[in-house]
Amino acid sequence: MDTFLQQVVNGLTLGSLYAVVALGYTMVYGIIQLINFAHGEVVMFGAMISLSVISAAAGSNLPPLAIVLAGILVAIPACMGLGYFLERIAYRPLRRAPRLAPLITAIGMSIVLQQLAMMIWSRNILAFPQILPMVVYEVAGASISALQIAIIGVCLAMMGGLAVLIYRTRLGSAMRATAENPEIARLMGVDVDRVIAATFIIGAGLAAVAGLMVGIYYGLAHYTMGATLGMKAFSAAVLGGIGNIPGAMVGGLLLGLVEALGAGYIGDLTDLCHYKIFASALEERCSGGGYFVLFGSNYQDVFAFVVLILVLVFRPSGLLGERVADRA
Amino acid sequence: MIRRRTRLVIGVTLVALALLALPFALSAAGTAWVRITNLAILFVFLSLGLNIVVGFAGLLDLGYVAFYGVGAYVYALLASPHFGLHLPFWVILPIGASVAAIFGVLLGAPTLKLRGDYLAIVTLGFGEIVRIFLNNLSRPINITNGPQGIAQIDPVSIGGVSFGDTDVLLGLTVSGPMKHYYLLLLLLLLVIVVNLRLQNSRIGRAWEAIREDEIAARAIGIDTTRVKLLAFAMGATFGGIAGGMFSSIQGFISPESFVLTESVMILAMVVLGGMGNIWGVVVGALLLSFVPEMLRYTVVPVQLALFGKLLVEPEVIRMLLFGMALVLMMRFRPAGLWPSSARQREFSIEKMKS
Repeated sequence: MDTFLQQVVNGLTLGSLYAVVALGYTMVYGIIQLINFAHGEVVMFGAMISLSVISAAAGSNLPPLAIVLAGILVAIPACMGLGYFLERIAYRPLRRAPRLAPLITAIGMSIVLQQLAMMIWSRNILAFPQILPMVVYEVAGASISALQIAIIGVCLAMMGGLAVLIYRTRLGSAMRATAENPEIARLMGVDVDRVIAATFIIGAGLAAVAGLMVGIYYGLAHYTMGATLGMKAFSAAVLGGIGNIPGAMVGGLLLGLVEALGAGYIGDLTDLCHYKIFASALEERCSGGGYFVLFGSNYQDVFAFVVLILVLVFRPSGLLGERVADRA
Repeated sequence: MIRRRTRLVIGVTLVALALLALPFALSAAGTAWVRITNLAILFVFLSLGLNIVVGFAGLLDLGYVAFYGVGAYVYALLASPHFGLHLPFWVILPIGASVAAIFGVLLGAPTLKLRGDYLAIVTLGFGEIVRIFLNNLSRPINITNGPQGIAQIDPVSIGGVSFGDTDVLLGLTVSGPMKHYYLLLLLLLLVIVVNLRLQNSRIGRAWEAIREDEIAARAIGIDTTRVKLLAFAMGATFGGIAGGMFSSIQGFISPESFVLTESVMILAMVVLGGMGNIWGVVVGALLLSFVPEMLRYTVVPVQLALFGKLLVEPEVIRMLLFGMALVLMMRFRPAGLWPSSARQREFSIEKMKS
C-alpha cells in the first residue's frame, strides 16, 4: 500500500472537516474581530445530538441514510439555536467592552457547555452506531472509503453553498458590508445586529454537520472532543488568513494534509537508526532492524499548534489574508 | 496618626495569630481540610503569578499551567526514584523556577508581538504542546514516565526535619500537611511582598502603561517587547515555584494535573478577584478554592435527601461554577469583585464611549 497516497486521502478527509469548522471561526472573526472560543463546543453538541438521534433510530427498519439524515436535521436547528444563544448571552452585551472581555466569557461558556454535555451524555466516550456499510475502494494503491468520499463531497458542497450565500445574496452582501465597516453598513440600512446573529447561526449550522461527520468518521463522540477540534480548526483559519473565507477552506485542507503526512512520516524521519552518526552509537538498539524513534505518530496533535505558532510568527496575515493582522 | 498605626499593628498581629492557629483548628475538622487549605494557598500562588501576566501587563495567557507543569516535573525528576536523584528542595526549587522562566521566554519571544487574542490562542496551543510532550516523552528514553506520571517524590526536608511525617513539638502534634501549610504561608508572604513591590516599581508602571495603551507606552520610551517578556518570565517563575511545591506536597504527579481546565481555573480566580489587584486576586483564588470544596460536602447530602440519588456530581458543579464565574463577571462586574482602581476606570470609560 502506498503510504503517501493513503495519507493524502486521510489528510483530505480530515482537512475538509477542519475547513468546515474553520469557516465558523473565520466568518465570526471577519465580522466582529472576535475569536468565538466556544465554536468547538457547538461542533461537539452537533456530534452528541446527532448521535442520540441515530442511536435511537438505529433499531428501526429505516434505511441507514435516512437515519443519518434525521440526525443531521435535528442537530442543525439545535446547534443553530445554540449559536444564537451564545451570541446573545456571551458576545452581544460585550460588543463594546475591552477585547479581553468577550474572550473570557467565551472561555467560560465553553466550560459551561462542556459540563452540560457531560451531564446530558455522561463522561464516557460514546460509540457511534455503525449503521453505514463499510465500502472501500482501491485507487492506485491507496484505499478510500465511501464514507471518506461522502465527507469530502458534503464539505465541498457546504463550502460552495456558503460561497454562494456570501457572494450572491442580499444577506451575503450585508455580511460583507458589516465586515468592512459596521458603522457605515448601519448607515446604509443594514441591520447589523441581525447580520451578526445570522453569522453565528450559519457557522453553528456548519458546525453541526461537521460534528456529525467527525463522529461518524471516528466512530465516537466525547464531551471534550470540541476543544482540540476547535483549536485545530482555528489554526486552520489562521493558516489561511483569518477573516478570509477561501482562506479557511485552503487552510483547513492544508492543515489536514500536514497532520496526516506528518503523522505518517514523523516516525521514520526521527528514527535515529536511519542516520549513520547515531546508528553506530546506538548499535545495540538499531541492529537487526531495531529502531530508536524520537517522535512517533502520537505527536500528531502537536502539528496543528506548531503550524499555528509558525504562521503567527512569520506570516500573521495567513496565506490568503490581505488584511494584515493588527500587530500591536 | 499613632493611633492608626497601633491599630494596624494590632490588626496584623491578630491576622498573623489567626493564620498560625488555623491548621490546628482545621485539623480538628479533619486533615483533609488542611490539605485543601494547602492547595488553596498554592492556587493563590498561581493566581498571583498569572496576575502579573494578565492583570499587570494585560496579556491573556491561557497556557499558564504549562509553567506549573514544568516546575512540577523538574522537581519530580530531581527528587524521586525515577532517575534515582534526591537533591534537596532548596536546590531544586530555584532550578525549577529558572527552567520555567526559560520556557516563559521561549514562548514569549516569538509571540509577544501578537495582538491580545492571538496571544491567547498561541499560549493555549503551547500549553497543549507541553502536555502532549509530558504524556509522550516516555519513549525512546523514559523521561517523564508518560501518562503514569511520577510517584514517590521526596517531601521537602529542611535541616533533617522531613515535611512528610508527623512530629510532636511542645506537646502539639504537627502533621505533615500542617508543616507544609507553614512553609506555603511563608512562601506566600514572600510572593505577596514581591508582587506589591513589583506593582509600584518602574517595571510595574511600565506594565500598566502597556496594558492601557501599548503605542503610547512605546512612544514614551518603554521597550515594550522586553518588558512584556519580563512579565511572561516573572509569571512563569512563580508558576514554576508553585509546581515544585505541588510536586513535593502531593508526592505524585501526572500530566493529568496540567490540562487546559487548570489554566482556565486559575484565570477564573484572577478574573473573579479583579485583574491587577493583588488582594482581589488573593480573595478570588481563596473563594474559588474553598467554595467548591464546601459544596462538595453539602451538595451530595442535599441531593441524596431530595432525590434519593446523586444527580449532579460535585466536580461538575465546581467546573460550572468556574465557567459561570467567568461569564457573569465579565457581563456584570468586569473589573472583578475587588477591582484595581486603574482597571475600574478602564472598564467604565469603555462604557461611557458606547
